[in-house]
Amino acid sequence: MADHHPTGLKRWLFTTNHKDIGSMYLWFSFVMFIIGGAMAMVIRAELYQPGLQFVDPNFFNSMTTMHGLIMVFGAVMPSMVGLANWLIPMQIGAPDMALPRMNNWSFWILPFAFTLLLSSLFMDGGAPNFGWTFYAPLSTTYGPPSTDFFILGVHMMGISSIMGAINVIVTVFNMRAPGMTLMKMPLFVWTWVITAFLLIMVMPVLAGAVTMMLTDRHFGTSFFDAAGGGDPVLFQHIFWFFGHPEVYIMILPAFGVASEIIPAFARKKLFGYSSMVYATASIALLSFVVWAHHMFTVGMPVAGELFFMIATMLIAVPTGVKVFNWVATMWQGSMTFETPMLFAIAFVILFTIGGFSGVMLAMAPVDFQYHDTYFVVAHFHYVLFPGAIFGTTAAVYYWLPKWTGKMYNEKLGKLHFWLSMIFVNLTFFPMHFSGLAGMPRRIPDYNMMFADFNQLASIGAFGLGLTQILFLAILIKTIWGKAEKSSDKPWDGATGLEWEQLPCPAPYHTFDTPPKVS
Amino acid sequence: MSTENEEKYEKYYVPEQSPWPIVGAIGLFLLAFGGANFIQNSTGKYAPAATDGFSFQVMFSEWGWFVFALGLAIMIYMMWSWWKDTIQESMGGLYSAQMDRSFRQGMLWFISSEVMFFVAFFGALFYTRVLVMPWLAGEGNNAMTHALLYPDFMSHWPMTMLPTDKFEGAREAMGAAGLPAINTAILLTSSWTLTIAHHALKDGNRSALLNYTAITALLGIIFLGLQVWEYIHAYNALGLTLGSGIYGSTFFMLTGFHGLHVTIGTIYLIVLTVRIASGHFTAENHFAYEAGAWYWHFVDVVWLFLFIFVYVL
Ligand SMILES: [Cu+2]
Repeated sequence: MADHHPTGLKRWLFTTNHKDIGSMYLWFSFVMFIIGGAMAMVIRAELYQPGLQFVDPNFFNSMTTMHGLIMVFGAVMPSMVGLANWLIPMQIGAPDMALPRMNNWSFWILPFAFTLLLSSLFMDGGAPNFGWTFYAPLSTTYGPPSTDFFILGVHMMGISSIMGAINVIVTVFNMRAPGMTLMKMPLFVWTWVITAFLLIMVMPVLAGAVTMMLTDRHFGTSFFDAAGGGDPVLFQHIFWFFGHPEVYIMILPAFGVASEIIPAFARKKLFGYSSMVYATASIALLSFVVWAHHMFTVGMPVAGELFFMIATMLIAVPTGVKVFNWVATMWQGSMTFETPMLFAIAFVILFTIGGFSGVMLAMAPVDFQYHDTYFVVAHFHYVLFPGAIFGTTAAVYYWLPKWTGKMYNEKLGKLHFWLSMIFVNLTFFPMHFSGLAGMPRRIPDYNMMFADFNQLASIGAFGLGLTQILFLAILIKTIWGKAEKSSDKPWDGATGLEWEQLPCPAPYHTFDTPPKVS
Repeated sequence: MSTENEEKYEKYYVPEQSPWPIVGAIGLFLLAFGGANFIQNSTGKYAPAATDGFSFQVMFSEWGWFVFALGLAIMIYMMWSWWKDTIQESMGGLYSAQMDRSFRQGMLWFISSEVMFFVAFFGALFYTRVLVMPWLAGEGNNAMTHALLYPDFMSHWPMTMLPTDKFEGAREAMGAAGLPAINTAILLTSSWTLTIAHHALKDGNRSALLNYTAITALLGIIFLGLQVWEYIHAYNALGLTLGSGIYGSTFFMLTGFHGLHVTIGTIYLIVLTVRIASGHFTAENHFAYEAGAWYWHFVDVVWLFLFIFVYVL
């Protein structure tokens, strides 16, 4: 009876089930990942050699813009919401998300929002071409006609994210099984509830920014025009007030995933559980007062530069606590290296590299050198690809048996990991060097002296792109093809309600009556 | 948690399926797609140029208003139907105390997100007033920018003399006395009448509940009427428009979005009045009423900030 579910198209269109909605989020994000990835391939093909090869500069700019927007809002964020949907109710012993219909709405807005955004590729004047940060006046005075569609698309994504976040936060605060106290919650739940808080605080600010853009473009306001007493720099302030917490929105759930997987395969309790919770909360709170580190070269007063520099470097402290705890969890553990663990360990190491380059960028005087170079591109790709995306990938391998009742092919999983590991570094590590040497970002052509590093990065990117097709193949084979059945607890070190009290696959409805939490 | 024992046996209502979310997603898409076309077509900026042959873009642009209106109609239909479902479920006794808490917490977080939307516009106001204006007048390290680009500009707020003549400044600023002060009094009174109504609901005094809710809605309507009047006055007598530089931009965007929220709140209060008249809500079970009250108080508090920072200071 518990496994009874509606069938056909209606099941997916009208569903209120957190598992269905989680699956749709995850597949949607994968589709966006492929589309955004294809755009990255265009970028890397163009940059394979100096000179203009394949695309004209305006289209190149559209590609960098759309790649960023699609990866941030279409791939990474929805993948995290997908994980939240699948896992949070099971991990806290709830029958579903708190507001199941709104949950469905949050998801279904997304395909429409991205249809709107992607349709801009076919419009006169081309897709948005001002970078994913859409600085004024590039996006206001000089934005192509499709900018208006982009603006309303961002509004839709924002509505979806806010509703998703409200759902998560209410589920966690109101739906926990008796005995599941806050400090007993799995860290994935903790990191997500803090993420949800950030989303509710900053997505409306982004909505405000694009609204001002729209009125500046069409209705004669002068928010971002100094001629009327406004300031283009105001746009950057508002954008980054959203933008910096946004990067934690993308990475915090991945922190949670690593904090679940590393203890499971080290067969040890997570080291410093409560310090992990407090570190995550500190990171989130600090994220509200560091935004102008993206704007050191804009001409801020020195006092501002100092404040934002120091506040930014402070974030390294709670982040360091987290990295220390992950390493300490592995210390003297009986470790095995299945695919999820490999991705989790790579996550810790490579994210730390991205963190270090972040500290370098945080220093205002040296940022003057790095600003808008490939060093920045290297930095945020290190925290996003081997950070957020490796985190999601690790989670997918780890919970796939729970979701499908089947085991992925370990050999192929390891192959996927090692290829990803090699190619991700081949793609992004050389960018540090070309950036330090002064190669600017978002430029389709470059000086001969950067040719070698760019060629390496392009080769790495093509490999990395192909490797993700392997990931798709592994997923299809596991879910629909011939794959080994999974036992109810395939990972002997796994803990949490979803592993201890539910079979694999988890039935369609779980915890209709709250479980007993020890 | 303190209520764990009673909760253990209470079933949380998870609706099986619902068509309304996907209808809402389609409605939102039409609103956005039609809206962008509609705006481009009506302002003429960035609108696709008419060609000899057939062009999808020109067609969409011309029919944008229709797609937008269709989206709006679908959204209204969706909200009507969705809320009808929940009201029926609620009155059918399907909702537990835990469900009620979900709704309440959800509403509070929703209002928090609304607050942050206003924070963006207040932030723009403070940033331009406190920092940008003196910088344009040459303060800090901006002496040369000032001398070269805006030599005649001096700091003053409300900013009626703009840095360049690309935009036309207002002839006169909007004062705080008169209409805005009256509107402040009206909103404060409405908060008070709503609280009386809320207490009446808890005490089971139905007629007071009905009357005071209706009065609150009426005050909302009067507020909106006066604001329309104020806008007409601003445009005609003061030359204060949306295009009057940063002062006009912040003035109309802040008061405009506030007015939009008052409109939503007033519609909400009217719906509540109708529902009270048809016997909905009990002293124990009245989440929708309380959510409406919270929303109205939120709109009220935003107005107080507006009054202080947009009108008085
Ligand atoms: Cu940042």
